[in-house]
Amino acid sequence: MKYTEDDLREELKTKEYEYGFYTDIESETFPVGLNEDVVRAISKKKEEPEWMTEWRLEAFRIWQTMEEPDWANVHYEKPDFQAISYYSAPNTKPKLDSLDEVDPELLETFKKLGISMDEQKMLAGVAMDVVIDSVSVATSFKKSLGEKGIIFMSISEAIQKHPELVRKHLGTVVPQSDNFYAALNSAVFSDGSFCYIPKGVRCPMELSTYFRINQAGTGQFERTLVIADEGSYVSYLEGCTAPSRDENQLHAAVVELIAMDDAEIKYSTVQNWYPGNNQGKGGVFNFVTKRGICEKNAKISWTQVETGSAVTWKYPSCILKGDNSVGEFYSIAVTNNYQQADTGTKMIHLGKNTKSTIISKGISAGKSQNSYRGLVQIASRAENARNFSQCDSLLMGNECGAHTFPYIEAKNKTSIIEHEATTSKIGEDQIFYCNQRGIDTEKAIALIVNGFSKEVLNKLPMEFAVEAQKLLEISLEGSVG
Amino acid sequence: MLKISNLHASVNDKAILKGINLEVKPGEVHAIMGPNGSGKSTLASVIAGKEEYEVTEGSISFGGDILDEMDAEERAHKGIFLSFQYPIEIPGVSVTNFIKTAINETRKAKGLDNMPAKEMLKMIREKSEMLAIDRKFLSRSLNEGFSGGEKKRNEIFQMAMLEPKLAILDETDSGLDIDALRIVADGVNKFKSKDNAVIVITHYQRLLDHIVPDFVHVIHNGRIVKTGTKELAYELEEKGYDWIKEEEANA
Repeated sequence: MKYTEDDLREELKTKEYEYGFYTDIESETFPVGLNEDVVRAISKKKEEPEWMTEWRLEAFRIWQTMEEPDWANVHYEKPDFQAISYYSAPNTKPKLDSLDEVDPELLETFKKLGISMDEQKMLAGVAMDVVIDSVSVATSFKKSLGEKGIIFMSISEAIQKHPELVRKHLGTVVPQSDNFYAALNSAVFSDGSFCYIPKGVRCPMELSTYFRINQAGTGQFERTLVIADEGSYVSYLEGCTAPSRDENQLHAAVVELIAMDDAEIKYSTVQNWYPGNNQGKGGVFNFVTKRGICEKNAKISWTQVETGSAVTWKYPSCILKGDNSVGEFYSIAVTNNYQQADTGTKMIHLGKNTKSTIISKGISAGKSQNSYRGLVQIASRAENARNFSQCDSLLMGNECGAHTFPYIEAKNKTSIIEHEATTSKIGEDQIFYCNQRGIDTEKAIALIVNGFSKEVLNKLPMEFAVEAQKLLEISLEGSVG
Repeated sequence: MLKISNLHASVNDKAILKGINLEVKPGEVHAIMGPNGSGKSTLASVIAGKEEYEVTEGSISFGGDILDEMDAEERAHKGIFLSFQYPIEIPGVSVTNFIKTAINETRKAKGLDNMPAKEMLKMIREKSEMLAIDRKFLSRSLNEGFSGGEKKRNEIFQMAMLEPKLAILDETDSGLDIDALRIVADGVNKFKSKDNAVIVITHYQRLLDHIVPDFVHVIHNGRIVKTGTKELAYELEEKGYDWIKEEEANA
């Protein structure tokens, strides 16, 4: 899993998006458009119980009354939701026990992505639930997780096998009516991951899911639900790559985390959706709702490295409901060329002695626009709540933009809220200093950017941090002189 | 080793160097002195290959290569080191990580593999002890919050690690107290050999008590107007630069 300087050099040589290939797998794709029949059809296709179908329909009806929000600092042509196909599944049968049963072309795709299942299984000790398009096609480590009573499977499977858990928790953190994209997701979500850690269990390995958009013109609507029961711990990794496409692809995911009393969830994301080419053509629209709720003494930690997508709209948040609960948000958002990102977090302090930390690092290059938007809210009964926020922006060149929109609402006098912000620019002097020591400009930028992002990179699990570092370098390649 | 012929250079169309001639041979120490704004630091930057400086006439050769079109990092790979007058901060990048990257990038340019970690650690230990650098210092962000003396000592540490053929020390003595000055000078003296050379740019004679130059050059108005031995430095210390300016005016 180590990467050498030479690997890096190789990566930097490749000017085009390296995962921009397309797997020619026979897919079953629905005709375009969205109405109640399509919602029913999705639900039927997935052999869902009646309550699930009704839940989706309820969401669809809510969605119809909503309008796409436009308060974010991003500009794009609004997708035509009737021009999107809402279901696409690889034709391979979804329930596979071993890799041998997987479509060889799919395995080839894994290889290009550098996520050889065998290697992953053996070396990293990571249980993978790989989502290609919409249906999970391979799951591993299920057995050893099963021994501890941990449930880790696709959400479709969970709806079948653990309906009581799903029904009880789905939509409790992000209700169907939460926002336009969440409502849409609730109506049409194709698949995603489900994870349940029983009381007092410490999940022995990092749980990991790779997402990938694969079918031209197919919106992808992932739904993830992670439940950490009392006193349990889980670290969950989410990584994304997508093939390049000319038309815009829509991605509207919902992630719900539930940390019960004394539980801890660490959720790490490396997001690398196709950002569009250097002319700003193509690229993924990423409108994501991620939120977690903390009960007493619970802790939720979001760490994200965002380098992809043409447009990003994403605010992983924590509701600190229980007393003494802790919320953390560590983020690196990189934008280059014509990318636009409006991302940040919400820390909602409801309980007493709740604590939150926000570290946001925005890096803008090219003609991109990078905004941090964060809300720190202290409710009236949240005695002794504490927040520390730090928002740093790094600019490269003269044509990009960095923006910070911090919102603070404190209704309790005992709260302590700190906000720090800095903006800096990679200076010619810094580059020359590196050059003089024999470090070329490309490598100098990588070094400076990694230094800038260090506090967040340090929060990632080791193998993920290496991957993230590589991604940062690839994303910024060619951005200076 | 270094041969500068009739070098003219300007920044933003303002001529600063107006015909510098200088030859530095292996094993030599040259001191360059002169009043503020005479072109000393510009000369150092031009040798190192800073882009803002445009060479308008003349040329620089180093070890047989013409440097004129060469990027700064290539010059570094050839063995040119500049100790900055104002070292630059790079937040979040530790001294160790920076020097490791610099050494390995230089090795890579020469077609060599990365320096083995064990060897690197040994070298870091040796050189940091030589310069009385605390181990904790090495994990700090490069130059961030360093005192003036720490910055300069760190420059000399990097020089010792990179083992260049030509080290240019641009006012390395400024900001150093007497003890630090002695440590830095000792470091430079240990680095000195018959195969490498040092150019010391300074305002004051006191550094030259410790790093004894073979030649002292005085720059004024973008030209070397006087060359002598270390006695010239004493003379300057005593009399200032006015007599040189006058001499030149009368010439």
